[in-house]
Amino acid sequence: MSRQLSNFPGGLHLPGHKELSVGEAVAAAEIPNRLIIPLHQHIGAAAEPLVEAGQKVLKGEMLAKAKGFVSAAVHASSSGTILAIEDRPVAHPSGLPALCIVLETDGEDVWCERHPVEDYHSLDPSALRNIIRDAGIVGLGGAGFPAYIKLNPGARTAVDTLILNGAECEPYITCDDRLMRERADEIIAGARIMRHALQASKSLIAIEDNKPEAIASVREALERLDIDDIEVVEVPTRYPMGGEKQLIKVVTGKEVPSQGLPLDIGVVCHNVATAAAVHRSVELGEPLISRIVTLTGGVERPRNLEVRIGTPIEELLPQAGGLSANVERLIVGGPMMGFTLQHREAPVVKTVNCILAATREMDASRGPVRPCIRCGACAEACPVSLLPQQLYWYARAKDFDKVQDYNLFDCIECGCCAYVCPSNLPLVQFYRFAKTEIWSQEREKKASDLARERHEFRTARIEREKAERAARMARKKAAVKGDQGTGDNAKKDAIKAAMERAKAKKEGAGTQPKNTEDLTKEQRRKLAEAKARREKALKDQAPNGASGGKEEK
Amino acid sequence: MAEINSSSPYAHNPQNVTGVMLAVVYALIPATLAYVWLFGPGVLLNIGIAAVFALSAEATILAWRGAPVRPALSDGSALVTALLLGLALPPLSPWWLTTVGILFAIIIAKQLYGGLGFNPFNPAMVGYVALLISFPVEMTTWLAPESLRSGELGFGAMLSYVFTGNLPVGLTLDSITAATPLDEMKTQLSLGQTVNEIRSASPLFAQFGGTGWQVINGLFLLGGLWLLARRVITWHAPVGLLGMLFLLAGFFHFFDAGQYPGPVFHIASGGVLLGAFFIATDPTSGATSNKGRLVFGAGAGALIYLIRTFGGFPDAVAFSVLLMNMAAPTIDYYTQPRVYGHIRKD
Repeated sequence: MSRQLSNFPGGLHLPGHKELSVGEAVAAAEIPNRLIIPLHQHIGAAAEPLVEAGQKVLKGEMLAKAKGFVSAAVHASSSGTILAIEDRPVAHPSGLPALCIVLETDGEDVWCERHPVEDYHSLDPSALRNIIRDAGIVGLGGAGFPAYIKLNPGARTAVDTLILNGAECEPYITCDDRLMRERADEIIAGARIMRHALQASKSLIAIEDNKPEAIASVREALERLDIDDIEVVEVPTRYPMGGEKQLIKVVTGKEVPSQGLPLDIGVVCHNVATAAAVHRSVELGEPLISRIVTLTGGVERPRNLEVRIGTPIEELLPQAGGLSANVERLIVGGPMMGFTLQHREAPVVKTVNCILAATREMDASRGPVRPCIRCGACAEACPVSLLPQQLYWYARAKDFDKVQDYNLFDCIECGCCAYVCPSNLPLVQFYRFAKTEIWSQEREKKASDLARERHEFRTARIEREKAERAARMARKKAAVKGDQGTGDNAKKDAIKAAMERAKAKKEGAGTQPKNTEDLTKEQRRKLAEAKARREKALKDQAPNGASGGKEEK
Repeated sequence: MAEINSSSPYAHNPQNVTGVMLAVVYALIPATLAYVWLFGPGVLLNIGIAAVFALSAEATILAWRGAPVRPALSDGSALVTALLLGLALPPLSPWWLTTVGILFAIIIAKQLYGGLGFNPFNPAMVGYVALLISFPVEMTTWLAPESLRSGELGFGAMLSYVFTGNLPVGLTLDSITAATPLDEMKTQLSLGQTVNEIRSASPLFAQFGGTGWQVINGLFLLGGLWLLARRVITWHAPVGLLGMLFLLAGFFHFFDAGQYPGPVFHIASGGVLLGAFFIATDPTSGATSNKGRLVFGAGAGALIYLIRTFGGFPDAVAFSVLLMNMAAPTIDYYTQPRVYGHIRKD
């Protein structure tokens, strides 16, 4: 294939360590006694439960439906009984528990009724998207964005290229590699469905050139199925090649606009595993209830397992031979962008592509954190051409305006900068800190804006009601007076005089003229002094002016 | 550090600051050995004195600031400063000269700004310039290469001179010192001689630069190339510096070869090669992007040529680097790369 590839700046040639698990064919993991299925496994709103405790469910039955536009359904990964819907520890960087459906499996593993689509061509794209949405398919590369939304280009944009991401650039992870080797047909079938849904003019599968077997397998399947409208693109092995923006740049030469979407340049990018899941949902009627997970690093027998969503991670470890003695932590995802698993009883969710048992030896950094020496290694490694060093200074100084001037929000948190930093600075951590601080400031600002708006509205309402009441009263009074006729002039004059007296008294008490209210203290003080002087000069009563001055201070 | 691994990435390459600093030290070893071989062990005294005072000044200030001493001392940066200053000073400097210079460099130019990574100026060059301005006589008393000396200077005599200021009876400073080739060239040119006459008249000059000097400078070049190969430094600052100096010297030499020495002489003489590979490449006080480094180097190269040719000093590496240090933040500001997905840099 003679496609002209582009390039992205920076990036790293990382030791892959894929040999640990890449030779292991995908095997089915055991069905656990209890599945813990979180309602929130994706970007967007948590799903809304459709079942209750005590209810019996079959494999593939929808347990909770998508709530709102950006959301995804979850399904029973096996048949059994719902035990509870309650907070359980989940695989999330925060370590906080989240609402999960606990399902006791019956070991029968009986499917519910499935509705495969005979010919997806007969369905229109929106019907396809509904099937994909109801199958709970989210991006399986790690981000977990509901896939049906990314298959919905809308009327405004024509999709030029559908890219299937098979780069798998993170070290250690081999689940996509195995999938491409073993189930290329499923990926291709999924790609065709996606292409139909998107009405895309081109589609291609991008694979890093360190996976020759996967490339050969996909090419072989394309040839066997006599498909010539899907291209296999061999991309160089360089981290983070699998980053959506980086891959798009390399394959198409185009850049996704900052704060924009690939769709803005007519590109849609999906993971190869997502494509396979789309195929299963449409052509087999199977919702997303399992995925391939790589168990690697400090385990006795690194493997790739087809794991049911909801399987507790601690129950997978024995299936990989258990942990070695020197394991420090379990990482969900790869070493560059993964996060530390805080609770081993947390379940595998749709976005868990790898469980990496990390040992101290994996981290080649030595020595303490030192000051930044401005060496610029970070900027050279940055695939987005940011200046990580400047971002670090400003994030550390909590100068959140400056840090945004240096395009903090274009950072993809790939970790290249921190990987090369000779001072061992935890750079990405600083960026995450700055991002969350800015988000929370924005939230606070929104909240205070709202509060102020409400307050202003309330004040205006009270004023209005007061005025209305006064007007009503005046009308009533006038009506009453009209009845009485023009009699009591003396009384009227007396009232008028009393009102004037009251008014004079009020003014005499030193009410502030309105136009001095927004002056500074200093200005007010000077004003008061001038007033005092003037009054003294007029030989008026001195104490009056002085007390006024005091008040104004 | 507990925080280092608390979030991703959980992997790191084996590079660290100490490694970088030590690589710089290793790269300077061949030139230092050649220096000893050609000029005697005086330079080792410079380096030794500078190293002792650099480390003790750094430790004292750190302790005073209440900062951890051990990690800062073990980063090797003070050692590099001492080595660079020791190599830049005349090889027969009195001990107090070296001491004043290194104390100025470490205390004023480095620690008072906040220590490693916070100094806007290259500490060794600040120390050097402070000495050049304060003690011009001592700073221009250069030992002649051993092959060109009329008097015999043993190690004992050297020690005695460095620590007491006395030379053995029968030995005068004149018999063991000489002008540097750049100094000689400048003086003679001002007396109306042509470049060729000057170079053929004095044994100070060799085929590329100065006798003896050119070997040392050649080894600085070699050490620099080794750092490049090890990816400790990038090529941008050295190429910018040497390229600009070559262009300017070549330009003037082309039009008037009698008045303006050629580019090779300029590059092979004085502190240019040390400056290009070891001083202009200082990350902390230099520009941070590669484009910026090219500009930084080119600016330093231009200043070196201008000061050497039209200014009052025979050599100008330290001044040029310091002037460019001042410009580094501005260079950084204007050489920002275009960020992915942005139309233009902002």
